Amino acid sequence: MKRRRAVLLVRIAVLAGLVLLLEICCRAGIIDPLTVIPPSDMVASMIEQVSSGELDEGIIQTFSTIALAFVLAVGLGTFGGVLLHRWSRLRDIVDPLLASYYSVPTFIFYPLLVALLGLGKAPLVSLGVLSAAPAVVIGTLSGLDGVSPVLLKLARVQRLGPARTLWWIVLPDALPRLFSGFKLALSYALIGVIAGEFILSGTGLGYSISYAYQSFDNRGMYGLMLFVLLVAVIANGILYVGEGRLARRRSTG
Amino acid sequence: MSDLSIEDSSSKVVRARRTRAFDAALLTLLMLAVWQAIGVWTKGVAISPPSQTVAYLFDLLRTPMFWDHGAATMYAFLLAFLLSSLMGLLLGLIFGLHRFTGEVAEPILAGFYTIPKVTLYPVVLLLFGLGMSAKVAFGVMHGLVPMTLFTLGAVRGLSPVLIRTAKVLRLSPARTMLWVLLPACLPDVINGLRISFSLTMLGVLIGEMFSSQRGLGFLLVNGMAQHNVPLSTAVVLIIVVVSIATNTLMLRLGRLTSHRTN
Repeated sequence: MKRRRAVLLVRIAVLAGLVLLLEICCRAGIIDPLTVIPPSDMVASMIEQVSSGELDEGIIQTFSTIALAFVLAVGLGTFGGVLLHRWSRLRDIVDPLLASYYSVPTFIFYPLLVALLGLGKAPLVSLGVLSAAPAVVIGTLSGLDGVSPVLLKLARVQRLGPARTLWWIVLPDALPRLFSGFKLALSYALIGVIAGEFILSGTGLGYSISYAYQSFDNRGMYGLMLFVLLVAVIANGILYVGEGRLARRRSTG
Repeated sequence: MSDLSIEDSSSKVVRARRTRAFDAALLTLLMLAVWQAIGVWTKGVAISPPSQTVAYLFDLLRTPMFWDHGAATMYAFLLAFLLSSLMGLLLGLIFGLHRFTGEVAEPILAGFYTIPKVTLYPVVLLLFGLGMSAKVAFGVMHGLVPMTLFTLGAVRGLSPVLIRTAKVLRLSPARTMLWVLLPACLPDVINGLRISFSLTMLGVLIGEMFSSQRGLGFLLVNGMAQHNVPLSTAVVLIIVVVSIATNTLMLRLGRLTSHRTN
């Protein structure tokens, strides 16, 4: 326990030291302010932009797109996973595709999606779903595979119907792995949507960053970047903690 | 009796292999059908159908313009991949062997792994300027962390007997790494290389798609901007085929080495 605390302290010290070093280098003029601005300025710029309300539209746009992509990916991915689990012949056929899906940079499909669906929310949502759904499929499959046969036999002995078996036996047992799939899906959806906005779009936070870069508004750009990264880190952090809790609950109970 | 069982199992293997080949063919056909359907359905506005794309690809492969862009991507990618795999290997070994540093570093790396790094691309551009070095740096940013994490995991999972044996034999640290640690970690290292390969590629391509004048990523965006649908489809096809082929090859290699170490 003491060791864990020491690790945590050192980790925080390292991160704080890096930020401090950057601050000093920027203030002392070792790093050109046209390249990187001091971290304190980044924070100030972020707070200004968020509190002034000029970001509201972009925030709503980006996060609603991410949420839509995530929900669709979870729905479609779970459905696909259950289907493949039930129909093993199909699974044999599709398996190589799942194994090498993430080796293909999904992102290269984005220009095609834009040409197909026009510049708007649709190609971004599609890109998010394309990058997130397979993670859910893989998570669902591994969750369902992991349900031990003894439990299913128990369900049969207790004469549970399919719905109750699913709710009382399969779901609790498969939940940690399902959750891992969802966690990956959220970070992939986030990356996909923001990257899409960044490269080619007219709205959203990703677009605002690239717009600020192209109009040489460094201060604004760094503030926006910090905001997006903070949100991403917090979202991933919450899911990470949740995942750890689920895994622990499973191992103790 | 034993002869018979061997024959039986070998025929089973042959049958399994045949089923797998059949499945692979079926999957390929399925994907081609989907591709064709999308092409027909959108009347070639976004995606050109398979036959047309392949024909265009053959013409494209004969133009020096394509090879110019291809070489730019290849060069940036190879450099980035080499850098991220070597640095990742070294960092992974250090973090894996020195437990405390590893415990400090791992969550930081894992956190960096999940953030949308695209947003950081302007910083890379400001630091390295437009051009090759920015693409390489962005590729390394994507590829370095998975390589480090995989190597770290492999070294940490090593049985302590191996390290103790190396100590007893008084191997120097360099030799311990080369003769004991690397071979024992090989399957995981290959896995790390596989993931790092595809992410480095992603980084380089995103770099080319955003404010660049050369490379396959540029060609793709440019093809779309000029409504040259066969061009962008052909570039996507090349990237997909190359990444799937490499991934499959490395998966096989990983399985082969893990059999050997077990």
